[in-house]
Amino acid sequence: MTAAPELSEARLAQAETIDALSTYQFGWSDSDAAGTTAKRGLDEDVVRGISHLKNEPEWMLERRLKALKLFERQPLPTWGADLSEIDFDNIKYFVRSTEQKVTSWEDLPDDIKYTYDRIGIPEAEKQQMIAGVSAQYESEVVYNSIREDLAQQGVVFLDTDSGLKEYPDLFEEYFGSVIPAGDNKFSALNTAVWSGGSFVYVPKGVHVKIPLQAYFRINTENMGQFERTLIIVDEDAYVHYVEGCTAPVYRSDSLHSAVVEIIVKKGARCRYTTIQNWSTNVYNLVTKRTKAEEGATMEWVDGNIGAKVTMKYPSVWMMGEHAKGSVLSVAFAGKGQHQDTGSKMLHLAPHTSSEIISKSISREGGRSSYRGLVQVNPGAHHSRSTVKCDALLVDTKSRSDTYPYVDIREDDVTMGHEATVSKSSDDQLYYLMSGGLTEEEAMAMIVRGFIEPIAKELPMEYALELNRLIEMQMEGAVG
Amino acid sequence: MAKLEISDLHVSVITEDTSKEILCGVNLTIDAGETHAIMGPNGSGKSTLAYSLAGHPKYRVTSGTVLLDGADVLSMTVDQRARAGLFLAMQYPVEIPGVTTSNFLRTAATAVRGQAPGVRQWLKEVKDEMESLQMDPDFAQRSVNEGFSGGEKKRHEILQMSLLKPKIAILDETDSGLDIDALRVVSEGVNRYKAESAAAGEAVGVLLITHYTRILRYIQPDFVHVFVAGQVAESGGSELAEELEADGYVRFTGQAVPA
Ligand SMILES: Nc1ncnc2c1ncn2[C@@H]1O[C@H](COP(=O)(O)OP(=O)(O)OP(=O)(O)O)[C@@H](O)[C@H]1O
Ligand SMILES: [Mg+2]
Repeated sequence: MTAAPELSEARLAQAETIDALSTYQFGWSDSDAAGTTAKRGLDEDVVRGISHLKNEPEWMLERRLKALKLFERQPLPTWGADLSEIDFDNIKYFVRSTEQKVTSWEDLPDDIKYTYDRIGIPEAEKQQMIAGVSAQYESEVVYNSIREDLAQQGVVFLDTDSGLKEYPDLFEEYFGSVIPAGDNKFSALNTAVWSGGSFVYVPKGVHVKIPLQAYFRINTENMGQFERTLIIVDEDAYVHYVEGCTAPVYRSDSLHSAVVEIIVKKGARCRYTTIQNWSTNVYNLVTKRTKAEEGATMEWVDGNIGAKVTMKYPSVWMMGEHAKGSVLSVAFAGKGQHQDTGSKMLHLAPHTSSEIISKSISREGGRSSYRGLVQVNPGAHHSRSTVKCDALLVDTKSRSDTYPYVDIREDDVTMGHEATVSKSSDDQLYYLMSGGLTEEEAMAMIVRGFIEPIAKELPMEYALELNRLIEMQMEGAVG
Repeated sequence: MAKLEISDLHVSVITEDTSKEILCGVNLTIDAGETHAIMGPNGSGKSTLAYSLAGHPKYRVTSGTVLLDGADVLSMTVDQRARAGLFLAMQYPVEIPGVTTSNFLRTAATAVRGQAPGVRQWLKEVKDEMESLQMDPDFAQRSVNEGFSGGEKKRHEILQMSLLKPKIAILDETDSGLDIDALRVVSEGVNRYKAESAAAGEAVGVLLITHYTRILRYIQPDFVHVFVAGQVAESGGSELAEELEADGYVRFTGQAVPA
């Protein structure tokens, strides 16, 4: 026994870096010249205006108008979180913050540059921790770049508006092919007024080794952000896309309603990571879905820390044999927050497998719900699925629910479901505290341990970020 | 020099809607360098005493005092007690999923010592102690107590003791569940810390709760206390332990052992 115990210094550093942090860190708001003049409310003129401003092809305008009708017809969902307070007439559906998209930070208007400096993006890009960056401020992407070597291999990473202009054929083929406008009220809304978002295309066999990163920021009060993301991963290719979201704290609510469509072709793999840290007056209602072809793998890694209400169920439709889908999600519901998250896994071909791991932490009256559907269609024999939900209640006034649905129309399948609710036990607190840790340190350690299975799936910087955000949320949790 | 003085300690356990007195006036003084063994029937309140000294929220002290070097222990929070030099090796150590043992130990050492130990020195310290306790280095990367065998959990408790260097160590049935070799290894760990602390001029006082005299052959007690119905019923030297081993607790409980 001579080997030194593996005490990784990185981990030690991690434990040490996480120190006193105050409340919502991204809560400043910048001067809001663009937002004040924007129109409130939604009608055909608004939709036409957006399309006109963007110089879009006729077919896109038609899609938008059709979607607007669908949006108007569809009722709000009667399940999930309470959405009755959203005032659709008070929302600004399109806010243009700058006339020009730029490819150098220096060229950004000062107020926007300042915002992103504070979030820390230029640093990350400088240190080459990311393969490409896209930054969306209000309705449009204001900065976009991709590493040259990737561009040379044919990797496309653009804002969606530019994507539509430059790759009209791909858009005609794939836009709305995974999530049709009428899928739900909010996908209809997004289709009607979408703006910005990312368009990614990874050619056959190309492995993008470090993540592509997108940042979304809402600055205007009562703003609606409706980004639209389309990712196509061609055969045997690989990409990891990461998005982060922040917004200032305003007195009244904003709405974020995105649509993310992903196509993962034969043998390809895509990982999509979200660290959502909207301020707690944002309604975050997002539709995310992937079609995975034969032997393809789709992995959603989803961290929901902020927002007033989140309704989000990243889905994978396993279209081809041996396709795989997974969702790893962690939600944090603090005071006044409702995180209604989960997943939908559709097994449409034989030998497909899915895994859902969902962890939630509730405190101070916060509410988290797991809502998931696993569906196995006839003929999807030898399919497998496991679902694990684990909820941690930090106090007695918080709440956690699970709504697992299964719909199995094939005999030869393997299913596993496990749901646990852990109360952060007095015994655990006591054990750590008798090692000298304060109650707050002990609680934070328990919570970090709880989300560790998810944090370890993230690249180091994002794991740190997730821990840091959770730490901030836990501030003042005790005492 | 450390001194723990327990005077007329009354403790009740708090359950959903009732509260029941478990400790009914405990008196005990432990001086630096002394080893006290406590033996007593199941359910007599030994663990309750240990938990209460360390400040478990389930147990409510209704009267009495506990002083550590004159300072009022009962007004301290659990972590303050640990930082004041009190250590409890638990009868049933708790699992903390996702928190590595190395992370916990280092955070604890930082808290108790008042500053983070230097990485290099710390690594060596942990490595040496783990080797002495014959623990696989892999343990450092496993979650605290998760999936540890009974004996492994006990070794981990003693590892904590030797790293946190308390003035008073309370060992609650650290010998239970240990195989013959492990018992020796763990006992040697305790003795090593006793010797090391004495050499440093801070001789540890030990309160050893046990059901068996076997561990007392390795760790020589200066005093043996018989604990019955929430009180110290009798105190003596190590000969008392031998008597208990031979005759059981009949003399104290008045009940014959059912055949
Ligand atoms: N949390 C609790 N809830 C209810 N009763 C409790 C609780 N903790 C202790 N007790 C009761 O208090 C009494 C003393 O328990 P304690 O664990 O202190 O005994 P012990 O002497 O350590 O026993 P053992 O030798 O079996 O470890 C027992 O009757 C036990 O059932
Ligand atoms: Mg006991």
